Amino acid sequence: MNFFLLSAIKAALVAAVLLTTLAYLQWVERKVIAHIQVRPGPYRVGPHGLLQPLADVIKLLTKEDLIPPHVNKLVYMMAPFLAIVTALFSIAVIPFGGEVQYPGGSTWMQLTDLNIGLLFVLAVSSVGVYGITLAGWASNNKYSLLGSLRSSAQMISYELPFSLAVAAPLLLANTLSLREMVQHQAGYYLGFIPRWNVFQGPMPQIVGLALFLIAAFAETNRIPFDLPEAENELVAGYHTEYSSMKFASFFMAEYANMITSCAMTTTLFLGGWLPLWPASAGSNYVPTAIFLLAGAFALYHGLHPARRKDRISLPVVAVVFFLLALMFAVPAVQTVLLPLFWFAAKTGFLLFVFIWVRGTLPRFRYDQLMAFAWKVMFPIAVVNLMLTAVMVELFS
Amino acid sequence: MTGVPISWYLILSAVLFSLGVAGFLFRRNIITVFMCIELMLNGVNLSFITFSYHLKHVNGQIYSFFVMVVAAAEAAVGLAIILTVYKSRGTLNIDDVSSMKN
Amino acid sequence: MDAILFLIFAVIAVVCGINVVVQSHPISSAISLIGVMGSLAVLYLLLGAEFLAAAQVIVYAGAIMVLFVFVIMLLNAGGETGRGRSFLAQLLGAPVLIAFLGLMAFFVQRLFPGTEMVQFGAFHGGTAQAVGRALFTQFLLPFEVISVLILIAVLGAIVLARKEFDR
Repeated sequence: MNFFLLSAIKAALVAAVLLTTLAYLQWVERKVIAHIQVRPGPYRVGPHGLLQPLADVIKLLTKEDLIPPHVNKLVYMMAPFLAIVTALFSIAVIPFGGEVQYPGGSTWMQLTDLNIGLLFVLAVSSVGVYGITLAGWASNNKYSLLGSLRSSAQMISYELPFSLAVAAPLLLANTLSLREMVQHQAGYYLGFIPRWNVFQGPMPQIVGLALFLIAAFAETNRIPFDLPEAENELVAGYHTEYSSMKFASFFMAEYANMITSCAMTTTLFLGGWLPLWPASAGSNYVPTAIFLLAGAFALYHGLHPARRKDRISLPVVAVVFFLLALMFAVPAVQTVLLPLFWFAAKTGFLLFVFIWVRGTLPRFRYDQLMAFAWKVMFPIAVVNLMLTAVMVELFS
Repeated sequence: MTGVPISWYLILSAVLFSLGVAGFLFRRNIITVFMCIELMLNGVNLSFITFSYHLKHVNGQIYSFFVMVVAAAEAAVGLAIILTVYKSRGTLNIDDVSSMKN
Repeated sequence: MDAILFLIFAVIAVVCGINVVVQSHPISSAISLIGVMGSLAVLYLLLGAEFLAAAQVIVYAGAIMVLFVFVIMLLNAGGETGRGRSFLAQLLGAPVLIAFLGLMAFFVQRLFPGTEMVQFGAFHGGTAQAVGRALFTQFLLPFEVISVLILIAVLGAIVLARKEFDR
């Protein structure tokens, strides 16, 4: 197939999946935090609140788009656009799966494989700081300026441990291309321990994974590092003067950054689209088993419902899960869908960790946040890199 | 046309460099003068990388890399100096900080 | 295809460059300078210098210009007034610049006649591997000296920019 046509199809698919995931990630977050706080969460708009993101989008689109009088108009309009564009860019180099055959050729489940793929992701996250910095400046408001300066200073400070944590698996894999990095993590130790970077000799990257996750929390301005944009601090920080779709863009940018950070963690440390144990031991049927269990669980709760509405909605959910389990049991479909399933499972687990931390931890004060980056994370990242270098040199 | 003549890259480099020189000589705000210096350095980087392509050797890119690092160090120290000058003189106009002249 | 990409990004670079020099408020100059650096990164990619292109975006556009933007926001000194401009400079500035550039273009065309074309993908020596190998073997001493230079710059910036202690 023509290269441009193929790329256009892949880009459209990835964009559609990513934007839907963005919207429903917000639903998942609200539900999970609600259940952590022992309350139901969005429940009324559609079955189990599933149409809540749609309602939110309609609300934000129809709100009055107010432009305050003394703002710098060009920069004010450009800043949310810049934020969302740089947030969505990094998805282009992340590998979602292996090679796929279609009538006419074969292609990889990745939009493009740059041989400086890792540097591309770092470059895009460096430019992503501007969206927030310029938003605060353009708003012509003291609180916005202070919030945006604090937020950008936090983001550029945490870029250092971010990049150093990334450099250690780079030493193990000896390549900057993300596809080759995932392929380097294939294989198993002792037949069942996967050779993911977090378990890989000569230096398992456990410290690197922790550093990268904490830096990702700070880069995406999530709790416990979200002081610059919290609602009760600094009058909501840099997005005070934004309304309607521009405000929505900042939130979409934050969720997109979250998805990208989790996808990067999965690719670099958790083996990307590789399964947890070998296919010869039956890992091809893991999704089927999981969906069957989930379906059985939903069916049981549908038959003994806690609320009247659940008598109808939960069995429907159970039927959907059984159909998915059936779909994953077909071997022809498995070659395409299994790598996607493992990638989505790992990324989904990391997103759950992000949401879990949000529901559990209080936020850091600004000086504690900055001191943590420069006095704790940066030295640990440097030591991790040096140790990895020494171990790789001695044992390879 | 499958390629671009190499002289076009060199002319673009000259254009950027001379724009930087013009800004450096004519602007009165310290920070803008500093940004014109960065523009000059970028023009020179483009020239180095063009010659690296022409000679099919990576050395030009290494020199360019060193120029980038030096520019980063210079930007850090220069902006710190600008902050100090602003704190003591209260102005960013280079005509007003000429107390060492005559 | 190469020519179209070169023309687009060269025009963006020159327009943003002129904007840097011409705008009165430093923040507009800073944003235009970010545009120059971005388009130069694309031109480096066309010349086969992929590692340098990424480094340009990470170091220049993503760190140095953020520093500039921070300082401009902190100082908040406003746009530049037009006093003290020399009339001779305003009259002769642009024509002298264009004459100088014309002379340079003429000499460059004589030295590099259009026989050699820059094609995307013709030079494979710009990979991270090649740059790294040269940097750590042939250029090891400058590399170590530059690390010391960065350390000195960090110390200098911290000392210059901190608040005075009252003794």
